[in-house]
Amino acid sequence: MTSDAVPQRATIVACPDGPILVRGDVAIVDDDGVPIPRRRSTVALCRCGASAIKPYCDGTHKAIDFRAP
Amino acid sequence: MKLPHPRGPLSATLDDVLYAQPGSGARLAEAARLALESASDVVTDDDVQLSLYVMYELAYRGFDDVPPDWEWDPDLLHARALVEHSFEQELRRRVEVPRGIAPDRASVAAALFAMTAPTPGPSVARFVAKRASRRQLEEFLVLRSIYQLKEADPHTWTIPRLTGRPKAALVEIQADEYGGGVADRMHCALFAQTMRGAGLDAEYGTYVDQIPAVTLAGTNLMSLFGLHRRLRGATAGHLAAFEMTSSLPNRLYGDGFRRHGFDAATTLYFDEHVEADAVHEQIAGRELAGELAQQEPELCGDILFGAAACLYLDDLVGEHTLSAWAADVSALRVGP
Repeated sequence: MTSDAVPQRATIVACPDGPILVRGDVAIVDDDGVPIPRRRSTVALCRCGASAIKPYCDGTHKAIDFRAP
Repeated sequence: MKLPHPRGPLSATLDDVLYAQPGSGARLAEAARLALESASDVVTDDDVQLSLYVMYELAYRGFDDVPPDWEWDPDLLHARALVEHSFEQELRRRVEVPRGIAPDRASVAAALFAMTAPTPGPSVARFVAKRASRRQLEEFLVLRSIYQLKEADPHTWTIPRLTGRPKAALVEIQADEYGGGVADRMHCALFAQTMRGAGLDAEYGTYVDQIPAVTLAGTNLMSLFGLHRRLRGATAGHLAAFEMTSSLPNRLYGDGFRRHGFDAATTLYFDEHVEADAVHEQIAGRELAGELAQQEPELCGDILFGAAACLYLDDLVGEHTLSAWAADVSALRVGP
């Protein structure tokens, strides 16, 4: 999704034993504040640490049987 | 697209009548009955599955020189219903559905994730990643093209049959499938780009004559679920299972194409799906399928059936493909 999409109130959902779903107008930036490309309006952030496309989720949590704390 | 070449008496009858005016299909129902009686396995019968594919395709893009009114022709729909009934009954008889799942969001989502948990062992994705030849990669794309060039369309039929959160969830997934408003980012368009990158023809329907019955059955299953309001639960379950078995394999598919030196534009389709389907599986499992079970508990069984049927046909297609490649023969259909 492009950055000029109509802002909506942001929501963050911690999926059980899965990623963190982010919807709405949230800037995702790296440690230096540089924006990380966001290609869709709803994104899933890695929570297990094993994704090959961090900060986004690639489903690897299922392969390593990740259990969220 | 052109009408495919017939693979038996029913598809030959269809070929005959569809070029004529609607209203001339009185022979179709009898031809369907005979085809169903003589098929040893309706799920993998070439004549049955191609005929069903043709009858469904009238509701998508239609065929060159075939009058569009055939889509709603009563004789055609009668014949289609006979084939659909037989196909659905056979799948319900064969497919194992988990029992005792409570119709609530968390239980249904957990059941779907359990059904689709990654398994070790041979798979098309692992074969593509490590071993597939250039020719086998092309076959892989041709096999997938029958669905991927209309990716997302069958599930979209279900949108007006839902309400509330399940509806919003399905729309959210489908909007992403359709590129979030950017035509070039539509998943079907990305797949076409991959086909062209591999030197294949990305025109809709080009390869249908080479698609084996079992692969047509997988696409027909989605149309069966999508076109019947009664089966909206099955669509939700199907989509959840489809998304839940997508991210990890797509990384392997991309690896296979990179191994053969294909460029980033050609592997973009796979890379996009690694990221997108990790989002979609959460939405489909919890907010679509899980919420729908909670909203309409009587659909819980169909949600699980839709998922199980998706996985069953995926496995059949996988076995067909891997056994052909292990024997170093084509996984595509050859001959008339």
